[in-house]
Amino acid sequence: MTTRPTLAVHKFSSCDGCQLQILNMEDEILDLAEVIDIAYFLEATRDARPGPYTISMVEGSVTTEHEVERIKKIRQESTILISIGTCATAGGIQALRNVADADEYANIVYPNPEYLSYLKEASPISEYVDVDMELWGCPVNKKQLLEVIVALLQNRRPVLPQSSVCMECKQAGTICVLVSEGVPCLGPVTQAGCGAICPANGRGCFGCFGPQDGANTDSLSDILTDIERYPGETKRLYSNISNFAPAFYEATRKLTD
Amino acid sequence: MYEKIQVDALARVEGEGGLYIALEGDSISELRLDIYEPPRFFEGFLQGRYLQEVPDITARICGICPVAYQMSSVYALEKAVGAEITPSIRELRRLLYCGEFIESHALHIYMLQAPDLLGHESALSLAAVAPDVVKTALRLKKIGNEILRTIGGRSVHPVSSCVGGFYRFPKVEKLQELLPDLRWGLDAAKETARWSTTLDYPEMDVDYEFVALTLPDEYAVVGGDVLSSKTGIIPVEDFVSVYPEKHIRHSNALHSSNASGEPYLVGPLARVNLNHEKLSPQAKAIVEELKLEFPITNPYKSLIARAIELVESYELAIEIVENYKPEGPSHVELDLKVGKGCAATEAPRGLLYHDYEVDEKGFIKTAHIMPPTAQNLARVEEDLRQLIPQVIDKEHAEATLDCEHLIRSYDPCISCATHFLTLDIKRK
Repeated sequence: MTTRPTLAVHKFSSCDGCQLQILNMEDEILDLAEVIDIAYFLEATRDARPGPYTISMVEGSVTTEHEVERIKKIRQESTILISIGTCATAGGIQALRNVADADEYANIVYPNPEYLSYLKEASPISEYVDVDMELWGCPVNKKQLLEVIVALLQNRRPVLPQSSVCMECKQAGTICVLVSEGVPCLGPVTQAGCGAICPANGRGCFGCFGPQDGANTDSLSDILTDIERYPGETKRLYSNISNFAPAFYEATRKLTD
Repeated sequence: MYEKIQVDALARVEGEGGLYIALEGDSISELRLDIYEPPRFFEGFLQGRYLQEVPDITARICGICPVAYQMSSVYALEKAVGAEITPSIRELRRLLYCGEFIESHALHIYMLQAPDLLGHESALSLAAVAPDVVKTALRLKKIGNEILRTIGGRSVHPVSSCVGGFYRFPKVEKLQELLPDLRWGLDAAKETARWSTTLDYPEMDVDYEFVALTLPDEYAVVGGDVLSSKTGIIPVEDFVSVYPEKHIRHSNALHSSNASGEPYLVGPLARVNLNHEKLSPQAKAIVEELKLEFPITNPYKSLIARAIELVESYELAIEIVENYKPEGPSHVELDLKVGKGCAATEAPRGLLYHDYEVDEKGFIKTAHIMPPTAQNLARVEEDLRQLIPQVIDKEHAEATLDCEHLIRSYDPCISCATHFLTLDIKRK
């Protein structure tokens, strides 16, 4: 038993939703705990052991100096480091502060700003350390989490979707909300993985699994800006959960309010 | 005798916090619940967003209780633009909330607090000796997640809620497929409530001011006015002036108190104590069977309150699903205009207050959110002050664990509590 690989789950600036997805594996977690030694997972256990760890999963973005130091230490202690969720892979919703134009903020007032300590930008984990694998999603898909852990235990490459959300709509038989109803949707440029749940619920995708490789945002932006339901809708779609992902960041910059 | 109790990173809580207590002889020279979860400035970047984007954004404040954030948002924004939702929409919102209560309470009862009462590090170590208990817990929790998934597409950050209602109603047959599990869950929840009263809780008796929402005809979760055990009914519009917030140096979360500067308690214990007469019939029957007497004033026994609410949530979910026949549109049309609105709902951890101002096109001018854990922080610190004399003669490790257990019994969600330090943007 002592040779079991170890798993550590670390939290940075985030909502806890991605690590909750591990606890949400109600059917698998007890079996999982048999084959992998959960050595550090504060949300689940007081039994917090020091590294090194075989696998470290990191939730959240880096937003303080202290977190910069922590992630460097975790990198040193971990054979495999995996960013889980859109905060860890792209900065997440709190990276909206990065895209704010500093000149626009004439005055920033906190109740007692001198009590606070934080970095100007909320950054993905890969900004500070090498990352071995990234799992996107807000939240991350628990089946993908499980697939990655199992694949690593079996020493094979994990099988993860490579297509856009559009493919998941087609597979589910969901009628295209963009084509049939003119509802703005980021499905064509967003990485699959959520199961296309927004179109299935009668609304457009807002990109929480981040941009798909090679996404043609220029073309989609041309279509979406013609069907906006309120001014700046297209820009705000990109500038949401995955706003700091490079492809969406660029797409946002090309649009006006 | 030791000089301090220090927990650098609290386990089995949501988010990041630590505890520091310095002692001089038998007295406390310093006590701090350090909240070092970094601020994420939600109220800042909500400014300028379109109102329909708000529930998707506020959900990201908390992965454990996203529905609470969505619901307080949509009710406050509906009030701001004067929208009236239909009874069908309200019933579905109540059902969505049942899913969140079940998921969150089952998690806390069995996986976060029970290990303390049973002498375990975690539910995983508990599973080695009591696998059936943990399997029941996981199934109870999973059913809550299934409700959320059926209505909202997924359990963490569901996607179906909008200002005005739902993007689409779920199909009747999809909800009815949940009924066998819900009926199993109701029985298992009753067993949980029975089991919860057999646990060996540390002794503690606190003179709390309980604060929770109240409604005339139901156990208040979705909307209502505010009820205090000390001062009676407070219109939700007056909540912020009656319970002001302040910024404490050691905390990235604001602290709340009543007008006299004293802490108050929100959450399951406050709700059950104030509203137990409005519980659903079977939840009430369990209360009678177990001969529970109110008010319950021991913070550790909030686990019992959660178990009662677990019964309430399962029973209510069954009732709503059995009668679910959606009528009218899934969301009402919004007539956008300048306005401001506030609303509160009961998150699993307690009263969650939101207020917003919107402009004539539906864009957010200001946003303000008071999460339950922030409201409870001053209360936890006071409880710890009361606890210290009782544990001071124990072994250091045991005293530390007692302090941690007290904090965990609040089910603090530190991620929520620190979302909201205000970034006040003044444009040129």
